Amino acid sequence: MPSLGADMEAGSLVEWLKRPGDEVKRGDIVAVVETQKGAIEIEIFEDGILERCLVEPGAEVPVGTPLAIVRGIGEAAEPVPPVPTVVAPSPPQPPPAAPAQARAPVAAPAAGLQASPAARTLAAERGVDLSKVKGSGPGGVIVRADVEAVAGVGAPAEAAPKPRGFDFSQMRAAIAAAMSRSKREIPHYYLSDTIDVGAAMDWVAKVNGERAPERRLLIGALFVKASALAAKQFPEMNGAFDKGAFRASAAVHVGVAISIRGGGLVAPAIHDADKLALDDVMAAMRDLIARVRAGRFKSSEIADPTITVSSLGERGVEALYGVIYPPQVAIVGFGKVVKRPWAIGDAIGVRSVTTITLAADHRVSDGHRGALFLARIGELLQTPEAL
Amino acid sequence: MTAAEIRALIKDELGGIAPEIDLETIDPNGDLRAQTDLDSMDFLNLITAIHQRLRVDIPEGDYPRLATLQGFIDYLAQRS
Repeated sequence: MPSLGADMEAGSLVEWLKRPGDEVKRGDIVAVVETQKGAIEIEIFEDGILERCLVEPGAEVPVGTPLAIVRGIGEAAEPVPPVPTVVAPSPPQPPPAAPAQARAPVAAPAAGLQASPAARTLAAERGVDLSKVKGSGPGGVIVRADVEAVAGVGAPAEAAPKPRGFDFSQMRAAIAAAMSRSKREIPHYYLSDTIDVGAAMDWVAKVNGERAPERRLLIGALFVKASALAAKQFPEMNGAFDKGAFRASAAVHVGVAISIRGGGLVAPAIHDADKLALDDVMAAMRDLIARVRAGRFKSSEIADPTITVSSLGERGVEALYGVIYPPQVAIVGFGKVVKRPWAIGDAIGVRSVTTITLAADHRVSDGHRGALFLARIGELLQTPEAL
Repeated sequence: MTAAEIRALIKDELGGIAPEIDLETIDPNGDLRAQTDLDSMDFLNLITAIHQRLRVDIPEGDYPRLATLQGFIDYLAQRS
């Protein structure tokens, strides 16, 4: 059970998306776990064969509990399966159904029909026709909960997965825990600078003028890219402060704060944002926001941002002062772009400006470096075509 | 397309972005995005979806004409 955030202690396995015997590749999504932040897709980080699942759907296990055994390509199968060292606190281990389930005859799927193993097994048990079930999983995959909804009967109480999506009270509790820890442990300092973004706005308007809506840019993508490039040059803003020491990160994974309709907030990562072309940053933001709306994101996206960018957009406020998400050490805030009278040389003109703020960890950096970091972001935004 | 058809289309596409919104409760002449709490990305996704459904070109410069639900309907009625 991976740690999907500084304050996560346990997670519930909702379902397996791979079954024993399946070949798995690094990056494959193998399971869905329910946490305080909603349902999160668990990726695997090695290639091999899924030998055995150690945790049953419905079980809540502490962070660090092995979920499955993966056999490397070419490794011999284990002759005697070891006794799983699972500390399964809550539900008593269900009857040893897993191997039986895996072998249970499953109705042949209709061509092109995608369903998780757990969904297929349940459908076979309950006599549900999968071709009549609408999938709510990634890419429309039918998951166990979809079959349950159609079957009209819940699984046995102790194994019933929680409903998919966000539990707002849980999310509020998760935000409260992380933000309280942040304010308790991190000596924040705050900086603010208002910069001219006229060139960036004009460039975006020019680019978008030649593009269909699906390829248009938002100024927010430029903010993320500029912040990522600057973070690469200021390693003390990019990394994690954990167990009394700061570790700078070589990679720049920008957490993008996304508000959830109905309340709550998550900041999943755009990986290697400094290396992505601007169009790819924009595509990644679109994809993340769509998946946050649907309540699905990947374990690595939640667990590994190295810095956060928060932009309240054009209907927001002029300046926002962020609270650092531990164990990160900095959060950059962008206010809405507004037109203001502005000194240009010795004259006054009307320019589009935005206020950039930085909240950073004083255990790791000082205001002087913070100011240079903000100035660098502002500078990068003056040449948008180079982003 | 008739105004009713366009309204149904907007309702459909908005439902994919903000399912809790009830179009009936929206003031057609009030600020659409303020009433529905659509951010820039939501609005761009709405424009993208409508562009793909109707094949209507909606340049950015025309966004101010889409500020209200009525403006949106009138704009699309002229162009589709």
